[in-house]
Amino acid sequence: MERELRLMKGNEAVAEAAIRAGADGYFGYPITPQSEILEYLMEANPYQTTGMVVLQAESEVAAINMVYGGAACGKKVLTTSSSPGISLMQEGISYIAGAELPCLVVNVVRGGPGLGTIQPAQSDYFQAVKGGGHGDYHLIVLAPSSVQEMADFVGLGFDLAFKYRNPVMILSDGAIGQMMEKVWLSPYRERSKTVPDWATTGKLPSRQRNIITSLELNPERQEEFNRKLINKYNEIKEKEVRYEEFQCEDAEYLFVAYGTSARVCQKSVQIARNEGLKAGLLRPVTLFPFPSERIGTLSGRAKIILSVEMSSGQMLEDVLLSVNGEVPVYHFGRMGGIVTTPEEVVDFLKLKIMGG
Amino acid sequence: MAETTGIKDYIKPENLVYKKTGIMTDNILHYCPGCGHSTMHRIIAEIIDEEGLQSEAIGVSPVGCSVFLYHYIDIDWQEAAHGRAPALATAIKRLCPDKFVFTYQGDGDLAAIGTSETIHSCNRGENFLIVFINNGIYGMTGGQMAPTTLPGMKSTTSPYGRDTRQMGFPLKITDIVATLPGTYYVTRQSVHTPANVRKTKRALRKAVQYQKLNKGTCFVEIVSNCPSGWRMTPVEANKWLEENMLPYYPLGDLKTPSEETSQKTNNPE
Repeated sequence: MERELRLMKGNEAVAEAAIRAGADGYFGYPITPQSEILEYLMEANPYQTTGMVVLQAESEVAAINMVYGGAACGKKVLTTSSSPGISLMQEGISYIAGAELPCLVVNVVRGGPGLGTIQPAQSDYFQAVKGGGHGDYHLIVLAPSSVQEMADFVGLGFDLAFKYRNPVMILSDGAIGQMMEKVWLSPYRERSKTVPDWATTGKLPSRQRNIITSLELNPERQEEFNRKLINKYNEIKEKEVRYEEFQCEDAEYLFVAYGTSARVCQKSVQIARNEGLKAGLLRPVTLFPFPSERIGTLSGRAKIILSVEMSSGQMLEDVLLSVNGEVPVYHFGRMGGIVTTPEEVVDFLKLKIMGG
Repeated sequence: MAETTGIKDYIKPENLVYKKTGIMTDNILHYCPGCGHSTMHRIIAEIIDEEGLQSEAIGVSPVGCSVFLYHYIDIDWQEAAHGRAPALATAIKRLCPDKFVFTYQGDGDLAAIGTSETIHSCNRGENFLIVFINNGIYGMTGGQMAPTTLPGMKSTTSPYGRDTRQMGFPLKITDIVATLPGTYYVTRQSVHTPANVRKTKRALRKAVQYQKLNKGTCFVEIVSNCPSGWRMTPVEANKWLEENMLPYYPLGDLKTPSEETSQKTNNPE
């Protein structure tokens, strides 16, 4: 089947992409600004076409644990939510990471803390990238900046999840979830007829029983498992770093921004360059693994680096680590659900150039 | 030399009256002497074996004393976060509808932290079996008060006895799920005497057979003991169970299919 062009909301694109990626199950709970995903799937009723199960759970806590149960059967399963709901899922995500289960979690971020606002924000960066739940673990974190990427990262996310037996998070935000753009949808992938050999599918006489657990009371064995995870994360850091550069070749002023902020900063680069300032943008596509090496390299000719994010400065810490004190790094971003304007970013840059 | 007979002379097929259930593993059970978990594990293993369900069974073990259930019964297992076993089982059964799916949960797991998952799975009529072990205490963490701890009963977090004005009343969650249209078979049994063990096995076999019909959730409560947590010998514990637990949690079927009036709707077909 051919690719298909449609005009869709980011949230709808995630839902449609999940069906087309051959997902076996979706478990979710309504929350603004991402309820369209569950609504779209319920209306599409893919059980009748692909056999994909769609279930409205009683809570985000139940939803993520349904994801655990389905993933442990070797199935391609996902859930989606927004910030407060993702907080509720953290326990389950930690267990999923600990049991090394593949799955996809989409966070259409809204401002916080607490109930916060339903407007877009990027204030869940720490939670997504640094662990979120308890214990030493990492998610693979993909940061879409368009409706197209909302769709594309569903298939990519599943592939990475199964490749590494690791949960993958798509860290989006309310702006990308709600806005409409044209999107090329991938052809339908058939649901997998086979499952990995570690999956719980009923013990056959030909094999040992499969046990999915994150429990190990023997300290030596638990430490050994922790080391295994570290090795996995190191391999991910080595192989899966993704980023995009925009006029970085001669950039003296480097913006680092992801998602919605990256789109804002593209315009900021143009405005700055029109004013004679050699600005460029590095957009991390993966937030874990973070493109530290590339940022480190680009910092060689940079005079100022700005981490632009709709938060109080979270990715800033990873940018600082990447630059390692070689160049001044500042944060700029609005909060509370306010999307930064391109002009604000340039004004802030000019302030910093003047030593403000 | 006079002929002597040794134990080996008696190990003959015709003398065999009892043996280890085939699908129990050789791992040594970690339970305290007299604990009802060991008995229930064996009953479950026997039923799975006798019903030929080993290759279809996917079990979900809880957090609590029976967290290591997966060490003992030779089937595929998933270990759930505390209270979340029914959420796992929901997805397993929906994604693998031809499998026999069951959870095994204690009272803290099922009736405190997991109340929501329990109620909503039963209310959706998910087609799996819940085995609920109610011994009125948190065993693994050392004998704290459970949602099912009896009024006046002492535990490490109710050292002067459960004061219902402060700590609420024991939750009869089995009675609650029996009222939900989603449940198909709900029963309460015990394993504190050989006669009750036999009754429990009959009830569990019924539940397993009903489960195959995919007509809703089957729910089997076992009123059990905790000699260590109750600070009693196994014999004292079973006597205490009979005199105190059973009046509050009377044994018998709470809901049988003949009484079922509502129609199940969650089958995809």
